[in-house]
Amino acid sequence: MDALLRSERNFLWRPLNLTSRLLLVAAAAAIIASFFFPLWRMHLFAPQYEEGLSLYIYSHKIQGGGIDGADLNEINTLNHYIGMKPLRQADFFEMQWMPFVFGLIILLLLRAAVFGQMANVVDVFTLFSYFGVFSIGAFYYRLYIYGHQLDPEAPMKIKPFTPLLIGTKQIANFTEHSYPQFAAYLLIAAVSLVFLAGWFSRNETV
Amino acid sequence: MKPHIEKLLATAALAVVVSLLAPGCGQKKSASANNAVSDAERKDMALASFVAPGEKDEYYLFYSGGHSGQIYVAGVPSLRHISTIPVFTPYPGTGYGFDEASKKMLGDYTWGDVHHPALSQTDSLYDGRWLFCNDNANNRVARIDLRDFKTKQILGPIPNASGTHASSFVTENTDYLFLATRFSTPLPRGRVADPKDYAKEFNGMITAVKVDPKDGEMSLAYQILMPPLDFDLCSTGKGPSSGFAFFTSYNTEMAGDLLEVNATQKDRDLAAIVNWKAAAEAAAANKGTVMNGVQVLDPSKVPGILYYVPVGKSPHGMDTDPTGQWIVAGGKLQPSTTVLNIDKIKAAIANKDFDGEFRGVPILNYNSVVEGEVPVGLGPLHTQYDGKGNAYTSLFVDSNITKWKLPPWTDAEKKDLTSVVLDKMPVNFSVGHLVVAGSDTKKPYGKWLVAMNKLSKGRHVSVGPSQPESSQLIDISGDKMKMVAEAYTEPEPHFAQIVAVKDLKPIEVYPKTENKDPNAVWDAKETGVTREGNKVTAKVIAVRSRFIPDRIDANVGDELIVHVTNIEQAGDMIHGFGVNDHNLNVVIDPGETKTFKVKLTKTGVFPFYCTNFCSALHQEMQGYLVVHPEGEPVAKAD
Ligand SMILES: [Cu+2]
Repeated sequence: MDALLRSERNFLWRPLNLTSRLLLVAAAAAIIASFFFPLWRMHLFAPQYEEGLSLYIYSHKIQGGGIDGADLNEINTLNHYIGMKPLRQADFFEMQWMPFVFGLIILLLLRAAVFGQMANVVDVFTLFSYFGVFSIGAFYYRLYIYGHQLDPEAPMKIKPFTPLLIGTKQIANFTEHSYPQFAAYLLIAAVSLVFLAGWFSRNETV
Repeated sequence: MKPHIEKLLATAALAVVVSLLAPGCGQKKSASANNAVSDAERKDMALASFVAPGEKDEYYLFYSGGHSGQIYVAGVPSLRHISTIPVFTPYPGTGYGFDEASKKMLGDYTWGDVHHPALSQTDSLYDGRWLFCNDNANNRVARIDLRDFKTKQILGPIPNASGTHASSFVTENTDYLFLATRFSTPLPRGRVADPKDYAKEFNGMITAVKVDPKDGEMSLAYQILMPPLDFDLCSTGKGPSSGFAFFTSYNTEMAGDLLEVNATQKDRDLAAIVNWKAAAEAAAANKGTVMNGVQVLDPSKVPGILYYVPVGKSPHGMDTDPTGQWIVAGGKLQPSTTVLNIDKIKAAIANKDFDGEFRGVPILNYNSVVEGEVPVGLGPLHTQYDGKGNAYTSLFVDSNITKWKLPPWTDAEKKDLTSVVLDKMPVNFSVGHLVVAGSDTKKPYGKWLVAMNKLSKGRHVSVGPSQPESSQLIDISGDKMKMVAEAYTEPEPHFAQIVAVKDLKPIEVYPKTENKDPNAVWDAKETGVTREGNKVTAKVIAVRSRFIPDRIDANVGDELIVHVTNIEQAGDMIHGFGVNDHNLNVVIDPGETKTFKVKLTKTGVFPFYCTNFCSALHQEMQGYLVVHPEGEPVAKAD
């Protein structure tokens, strides 16, 4: 037992080599880049919407496709028939603090790169992974709420449902495709880079 | 040559008599001609013009709507009618003429007579910005914006001008468009003179309208005082003929009555050649006199702006070819077209090679400027070009289209110009105008020709005595013309323009960010009804499937002003606002705000409803206008 703890402690005290440090900086860069691309896209098709209606989810905003983001309005207009609350930027309060969490992770990554210690890498990897899983959970919960808090006086009564998180599904006359986008891949890449940073310095000695 | 012409004229006269006396005969012939189409030909024709469901046409065809006062939009090659653009006539289908903006444009007029649409050009190519068209009846000209296919401006009635038939034709960079009068009247208008003194007391007018290159806004530039000839058609120069505009006229006899006889006595009529750049300079130098606020140039006092040239009797079209070198006049009562050479015209002007003058304006020596008379057939009206050196002339009397070769001709060809006639295609019936895709540009698309026939009799299932016109689509890509499709239009296309779909960039919705209407409302919180004296103003939102507010209260005697904003941003989400019993229907496109006013003269509860089917709950999209008796306190609407 003591040996195990000792080796763990030794591991956490391992210094980071140059490769690992660079990987951490790259991970930070990937997170910064992710701000500029959508994380997720929900794409709805119906006979009268041949090009589809798009909804792009960024870490800090939601945006409709079409000219001037008109698809968001269109989706809201359609949703009002089933009594779904309009999707409004202001209601997504997580989008107000998410950038700060990302900022924190970026700081921690840079800190790890500068301090050059395995413990910092483990910290930020853990926080990052937790935050990723939490975000997807929160996103799913959002969808659940939107699909379940339907106005009972809506013109069309439908059974409460959860809009699709990932995959393709038929909802009434719409086919919905919901898939991660470039920013999500950037974040996955960032997590992987952090993991690799640890991996490449796993045998370093003080 | 002369006896030959006479013989042809006699045949022409005979053909006219035959067609007038024996309509039934022509009908039978067409039926048998129809049966003569073989299965293989049928397949070829169908495949050439077929646009499968879901596929799109390659070209827009803008037909003038004649006395319907509208422009029709069709597709080529399908010939399917796609849309109607109301211009001079109210059109409840799009709410045109019901809201304040379009009512103001129309003024007190309820119709117009649209003859010749003209696409705007830059460097002699269609630039896809605007379509202009004239109103022959009330002397106006309109501009349609091709970004949204809507009429944006109506200029007129133009002073000192009656019957702006020879219009609207744009210059190579859309600097000007020209309108010349078909009718002459005593001037200034309002003055009464005896039509017996027509030659002395009446005048025609050529009007130059300036087009603002930024926004297309039209304004009167100058006019040229003309003798009382009946100006018919026009085209503008390009390349070597840049700076000139060519006008045909009939009634060189200057008859004031029974024109059918009295205006058809001379062997030739005079075409007018206007040096519009020189005229613009003269107008800028105030060389004319101001009549009704317009600088009017007298061409006998301002030399160098106008010349005449004799052309075939009673001409119609006067068409410059894509190179700008050849100007072809059709003589309705002559079996040939007159081909003029711009180099020779310029030389004749420079050398003062004149054959007398007409009212102080030189007449160019015909033999010095003519390149040849091409025996195309009976009743040539209008000529179009494919850009490959071929011309296509409509023959009204013959009911034919003749394809012929433009100069330069070989000496052998010159000796016998029947040899430049390449092909003939019968059309049904009595073709007036014809259009080749892009003919009036320097690079015609070619490929398609549409014949606009004045008579459709017997070609379609009977619809009673009021009959449509017929259009026929002819494939001109090969050596021989091939008829491929036929369609019918409402009265009455006189001319058309064909432009490739790729050269236009229309929008599908009005972007919210562009709506600058101060009365637009986008949020339910901004809607509502307010009163100021006896003016009641409602700001209303139309959105699937409701009006916000859906109740408007007012008193009898009030003036009700309604601003409706369609806050949709999805294509084809159009809403209407029709008010029961008030002769009102406004149609609002996505992102658009429209304003209408109505004086409330009767008490009652008047339903209003969405007139343009929008959604599954369209029928539910309705509300009430409650008009209370005078003096009764009005409940505030929510
Ligand atoms: Cu509606």
